[in-house]
Amino acid sequence: MARTVIPFGPQHPVLPEPIHLSLVVEDEKVVEALPTLGYVHRGLEMLAVKRDYNQMIQIVERVCGICSMIHSLCYCQGIEEMMGIQAPRRARMLRVVWSELHRLHSHLLWLGLFADSFGFESLFMQLWKIRERIMDVNESTTGNRVIVSVNVIGGVRADLDEAQIRWIKDTLIEVEASIRSLQSTIMNDATVCKRTRGIGVLTQQAAYDLGAAGPMLRGSGVAQDMRQLKYAGFDELNFEPVVETAGDCWARSTVRFRESLQSIDLVRQALDKLEPGDLAVKVKGKPEGEVITRVEQPRGECLYYLKGNGTNNLERVRIRTPTFANIPPLAAILPGLDFADVPVVVLSIDPCISCTER
Amino acid sequence: MFGSFLKTSQVKSPWLLHFDCGSCNGCDIETLACLTPVYDVERFGIINVGNPRHADVLVVTGTVNQRNAVILKNLYDQMPSPKLVIAVGACGCSGGVFREAPNVLGGIDKVIPVDVYVPGCPAKPEAIMDAVVTGLAKLKGILEASK
Repeated sequence: MARTVIPFGPQHPVLPEPIHLSLVVEDEKVVEALPTLGYVHRGLEMLAVKRDYNQMIQIVERVCGICSMIHSLCYCQGIEEMMGIQAPRRARMLRVVWSELHRLHSHLLWLGLFADSFGFESLFMQLWKIRERIMDVNESTTGNRVIVSVNVIGGVRADLDEAQIRWIKDTLIEVEASIRSLQSTIMNDATVCKRTRGIGVLTQQAAYDLGAAGPMLRGSGVAQDMRQLKYAGFDELNFEPVVETAGDCWARSTVRFRESLQSIDLVRQALDKLEPGDLAVKVKGKPEGEVITRVEQPRGECLYYLKGNGTNNLERVRIRTPTFANIPPLAAILPGLDFADVPVVVLSIDPCISCTER
Repeated sequence: MFGSFLKTSQVKSPWLLHFDCGSCNGCDIETLACLTPVYDVERFGIINVGNPRHADVLVVTGTVNQRNAVILKNLYDQMPSPKLVIAVGACGCSGGVFREAPNVLGGIDKVIPVDVYVPGCPAKPEAIMDAVVTGLAKLKGILEASK
């Protein structure tokens, strides 16, 4: 059988974002997959020399709209470390609340898109309906649905009052019940299992060797989660990484499903631990020195390298995002698959191209 | 008679093609949220399609960069006339926060003509729906003028 090259993307109905894969197929089997990137590259790391270090918060939030809060959290932590200040306890707990709400809405969004990738339209609609409740919480507590912009250097800019905390807790009870009602469909439904179990298997050793991150790594049985570093308020919360061992698409979706329930639990814990206090500390001076910070995004480990030279502008901002780490494992599991499984497997890494290319 | 049927249905049930042209995903997920039960644009007969040859409305999010300008022009050329282009979000309108970034050319009107601009970072689903409805009034005008 002769080899054929089939282009996948950059504009494809299953992908909301442009990525191009040249799929070399023999009959119906994929023999090779060559990714091409660059369609979303903006060069925003270079903006650090044009914008001052406070304005950069707004820029890094727009690295990726889905996990914007976690990007700015990582950046602010880095600058705080460089300047030798620490956010007040209330601010750190509030950061946990919003970052976990972001993780929750990101996982629900992904589970929906994943269902859509194998044609389960009604599950997609159901999950996105649940997700809108989280967007309502974001909007009413911070003023924006997607890019919440709560982080400032030295703390947060928004606060929660008693009534809002009660309302968030009530909303989370309903959200949790709705998510749990879909558990058997996502994990055990025959049609879902047929499309996900045993498809795109990444072994534990391969995941480790290829440097996979986040649910991709934990779905292959490696218990690594950056929240174990106890950044923000995670030092006071009970937390265990979610691990599955099968390494296939099913394991990755199950990790994300269980993590969305875990996020609800973490938001509750953080809300219970809120005590009255300041929202931000006063910032004096200019950032100087270099620092590396890491946080756990919905898609995995996110690393920021920041270098300041004592002026208003940073000298260098380098962002390493989880999807970038997950592309080599993706290229390794695509060969040998049926052509029809390619959209499912590509989506199973939760690709965020705007993060990858910045 | 078939022609007039087509003209009516293009305004009553426009098919929509979404292209992410270098946005941060914020506007993309808001565009997708329009299709889901809470906003549900399908009740207006709007369907999201994957093939530009089936589409009447092109919804573009994000800035144009050196690489995707060609893809955007290509998609626009493949769509049958008359067609509508909606630029969603601050980036699509002018380049937004990225307008001074090295690889960014600016808003999408640098490459293709835009009919409706939607402000916001990210634009809210209500604003996107409003833009589609506003654009359809314009499309209706074009169709009536061509009778």
